[in-house]
Amino acid sequence: MILVLCSLFAVAALAPVFFAGMGRNAFYVLAAAPAAAFVWLIFQYPAAYGQGLTEHVDWIPELQLDLTFRMDPLSWVMCLLVLGVGALVLAYCARYFKDKDANLGSFGAQLLAFAGAMFGLVTADDLILMFVFWELTTILSYLLIGYARARISARRSALTALIVTTAGGLTMLIGLIMLAQLTGTSRVSGLLERAPALLAAHDGAAMAALNVAVVLVLVGAITKSALVPFHFWLPGAMAAPTPVSAYLHAAAMVKAGIYLVARLAPGLSGADSWLPVILTLGLATMLVGGYRALRQKDIKLILAFGTVSQLGFLTMVVGLGTPEAALAGLGLLLAHGLFKAALFLVVGIIDHQTGTRDVGKLSGVFRSSRALGVVAVVAAASMAGIPPLAGFVAKESVFTAFVEWAGEAGHAPWGPVVLAGMVLGSILTFAYSARFIWGAFAMKPGVPPTPFKPIRFSFLAAPALLAVLSVVYGVWPAPVDSWIQPYAALFAAGAPGDAGGHGGTSAGHLELWHGVTPALGLTAVTFLVGSLLVWGRDAVSRFQSSLPKIPEADKAYQNVIGALDDVAVWVTGRTQRGSLFFYLVVILAVAVAVPVGVLLWNGKPIPSKLYWIDPGSPLQWLIGLGIVVGAFGAVKANKRFMAVLFVSVTGYGMALIFALQSAPDLALTQMLVETVALVAFVLAMRRLPPELRDRTGGRYRVIRVVLGLAFGAAMVVFALFAADARVATPISLDFPKLAYEQGGGLNVVNVTLVDLRAWDTFGEISVLALAATGVASLIFVRSIGHSLGRSAGVETGSVGRVAKQPTGSLAAAALATARRFGASPSTVGGVRRNPWLVAGRTLAPERRSILFEVVTRLIFHTMVVFSVYLLFAGHNLPGGGFAGGLMAGMALTIRYLAGGRFELAEALRMSPGLVLGLGLALAAVSGLAPFLLGGNVFQAAILHFTLPVFGDVKFVTSTFFDIGVYLVVIGLVLDVLRGFGAQIDVELEEESEVAAR
Amino acid sequence: MSAETGLSANMTLLLIMGVLYACGIYLLLERSLTRVTLGLMLLANATNLLILVTGGYAGLAPLFTKGTDPKDYNDPLPQALILTSIVISFAVTAFMLGIIYRTWILGRQDVIADDTEDRKVANTPSFDAEDDAPIPDETTEFPLGSGADGRGDAHDGGMADDGAAAAAVVPSSDAVPSKGAGGVVAPPEGGSRGVDGGRA
Repeated sequence: MILVLCSLFAVAALAPVFFAGMGRNAFYVLAAAPAAAFVWLIFQYPAAYGQGLTEHVDWIPELQLDLTFRMDPLSWVMCLLVLGVGALVLAYCARYFKDKDANLGSFGAQLLAFAGAMFGLVTADDLILMFVFWELTTILSYLLIGYARARISARRSALTALIVTTAGGLTMLIGLIMLAQLTGTSRVSGLLERAPALLAAHDGAAMAALNVAVVLVLVGAITKSALVPFHFWLPGAMAAPTPVSAYLHAAAMVKAGIYLVARLAPGLSGADSWLPVILTLGLATMLVGGYRALRQKDIKLILAFGTVSQLGFLTMVVGLGTPEAALAGLGLLLAHGLFKAALFLVVGIIDHQTGTRDVGKLSGVFRSSRALGVVAVVAAASMAGIPPLAGFVAKESVFTAFVEWAGEAGHAPWGPVVLAGMVLGSILTFAYSARFIWGAFAMKPGVPPTPFKPIRFSFLAAPALLAVLSVVYGVWPAPVDSWIQPYAALFAAGAPGDAGGHGGTSAGHLELWHGVTPALGLTAVTFLVGSLLVWGRDAVSRFQSSLPKIPEADKAYQNVIGALDDVAVWVTGRTQRGSLFFYLVVILAVAVAVPVGVLLWNGKPIPSKLYWIDPGSPLQWLIGLGIVVGAFGAVKANKRFMAVLFVSVTGYGMALIFALQSAPDLALTQMLVETVALVAFVLAMRRLPPELRDRTGGRYRVIRVVLGLAFGAAMVVFALFAADARVATPISLDFPKLAYEQGGGLNVVNVTLVDLRAWDTFGEISVLALAATGVASLIFVRSIGHSLGRSAGVETGSVGRVAKQPTGSLAAAALATARRFGASPSTVGGVRRNPWLVAGRTLAPERRSILFEVVTRLIFHTMVVFSVYLLFAGHNLPGGGFAGGLMAGMALTIRYLAGGRFELAEALRMSPGLVLGLGLALAAVSGLAPFLLGGNVFQAAILHFTLPVFGDVKFVTSTFFDIGVYLVVIGLVLDVLRGFGAQIDVELEEESEVAAR
Repeated sequence: MSAETGLSANMTLLLIMGVLYACGIYLLLERSLTRVTLGLMLLANATNLLILVTGGYAGLAPLFTKGTDPKDYNDPLPQALILTSIVISFAVTAFMLGIIYRTWILGRQDVIADDTEDRKVANTPSFDAEDDAPIPDETTEFPLGSGADGRGDAHDGGMADDGAAAAAVVPSSDAVPSKGAGGVVAPPEGGSRGVDGGRA
């Protein structure tokens, strides 16, 4: 089974290739796949009717999800229809479409994949697996209905079908999960075995849950099978190409709901909610469908509403839960598949040959093609239930079953009502069958004969074969009877399906002649009244138009969807205001209000376990005052750099706080970061105007003040509660010992970063690399800009030259002096001078500071060496990769500030991307290497060895990781300098050149 | 060793934190992108303080010496978290600076502008008109003789005899006023709009 399923999907996947090579004849290749599967199916008959054929593959055992397939009599009968009709429809497509039709490849693939999905659906023995195939058919039907993408009708009805059936499918999923929970198994076969026991137990709560689950599952079935009130999608789906309608909307997909009812009926038809839903909706659907079919002007819509009507009929019969009804139901299902598929294919031929399906325009088609007419008449007669055809045999059995059921004592008064409704529905069926034949084939007075191109036999073959089968089935129903009997026996007295207590002894048989029975009488009534309706069709039509218009379900659906859209627009308009301020206010207000509300609700007092001054570091108060001043200064400052400086005050204050709180690593890092950040700010913002205007004033300012105060206060309170809520011993109490013994380091914080929690740090340096790349991509828009170029070829004094002459005489004199002294790098007053910096000469003289250059020259190398020291000492003393990297970055910053962008290029000739990449790679390798050597990822090893000068050395391998961190941080700083520094320099120079010209 | 319940909180640090949060939020709610960035930096500092408070009393710096009770150290775990946070905050600040610079280059502005697309949605009275437009019944998949090969002329002639009915039967596939809103086949307006866009 799984092999068959996979082959169907595999051929479907290859379909576009076939179409590319063979054109429309590729449909024959596709048809061969279900045809071969059909042959396989025939050979499975003994297995399916013996032990049952089961295949099982574990899927997600933890969730009890299995790929379990099971072929039993019901599946076998369904497969006959799915594979047989599937093969015929695909073959028919080869003549229906033209080579030049668009998207044939994907269409063929979807149609065949649909056959595969239906096959999977009817053979799945697991509820969830069945649901997967169920949804697969929904999606494929959406694509198939929407084949004519350029037509709004196709798109719209495809979407309607998708929405309705998906909504039903999701509802069903809930029901299926409830069923699986209630019975403790997701196997369909297991569920059916256990359900009767559950029903018999009369446990109130379980019973109620079961009833709810049954209704939810049935919602899936009635949406899929287009029952009232969800029937409207099916006529809409007639926008699909007619072969699709023949397959999906007659034989296969809409039968999925019927199949589900038939599958669950043996176990669940005894549930209290089962029969009312099935019978009410089934009967309503049968009557609504039949009534509306009589009004249609499009022969395809006559069939569509006829299908709706028949689906209601089928649901009632299949769901009744007696052996006779089960037999009759499957008999009717097969008969309906045969005649309705044939009729749709006939409609497709008529539309194809005449270019219309309008009853008012078709005339004399029977004369043009008698063969087509005969096929259609046979199929329609089967639909009307005329002997000796399949439809008659099936309907006879249905009437027999319902006469017996309605006659039982417990079923008055609803039994007879249902029966009467059924007969009325059959009368309507008779009438619209006749209307279809009349509309499609009759010669109408006043309408000229419709031009009709002769059809080839290959086009007519598929419907003809189906019509022949209708006759064979009608004349010789014994084989069909024997296929269905084992299923019907599930409902016999004493069998598990007899939970409802119907207790019929035998299902009877599908036969052409039962003798003179009440059922035959009902059939006679059907024919008689039906003929009257046909005879008086004008009067009927007038009567129908004279009735007040009942609101149609598709209009209601459109209104619901329209209202939903309106609500969506309204909600979006109210919430998505496009204002960051608004979003932030909402988020922050909720973040304050909800936890505070919960705290108030619980009525807990604010924890009093606090101290105002840490005895270990009373100085914190003083620093705190500075930070507060900085924060308020930042708020009040209206000059850009002033505000930045105030924020830096808080940052440096933080560094002092860290120092006072016994966190030397933090203090060091914060101090370095604050400095680099300050430089970055100044470099990035030098092009922006110095003023910082407050643009969010007025009542917004009030909101900002209130929200800021509330948030700050709330955070203090939350922190108190959070601290008070600690109940467990902190895990970090073990860290010092772990760091020393396993991490091989004394600096617990550093070992935590590079060893104990190395994964975190690895994630963090990835973020750093990402942010650095982001900075570069924001600044270097035009080019990658990673080659700054060496200083050798740069004209002396060319970088950052002041283009405009200063106006004041003093400034002009100063500039002239600076230029004179800086003009020649090597000689000042005839004395040679060593350049302090490699590229210092490239700077314009007025930009240079000899003092700065000298200091840079003196401290640069010291700083680099110190950064390496910090890196390696970090394992035991304050420092580490972060601090080291920042120190090295600071050294580069100084070089840049003193000597300009070419000095930066001379200082470090690697591109920032390369440094970042090396760092990340090194960190990753240091994590993976222990794993490849058989340890855990990021496991560190401690190595002892002796070096000539250093003596005994203890080396921890996590140092490599720290070097990676070091490199990533340098890369980040370098990106900042290259972007905010060098690139903005270049842009400023270009601008001033343009301005000078 | 029984678990110690409740951590004594350092009010000094918490008060500084509260002020930083308040000022940070105030700046965050500003339109100027620079102020928003500064606000974010203050919030980062405040959050670092929050984490620091969970380390308890200042105690000893977490540099291991044998024989010291682990409780005597300042908690190393919050410190490690803060160290990470400091450097990440710097990266975020740098990224924000990049955004500020780019915004300035592009628009000579340092503000967070409102999203005009969102505004447009908010002012939309109802949903897509195409979805609600009535469509004529189509009674064929093969309009205008495209169905059967080489049969087109005769078919059109046949329909021309029957004027009134022909009007109903010749629905061009998308004969709905769609305002260029959809349709795989682009309507003329859609095409001309595209040309305009190219010129602009």
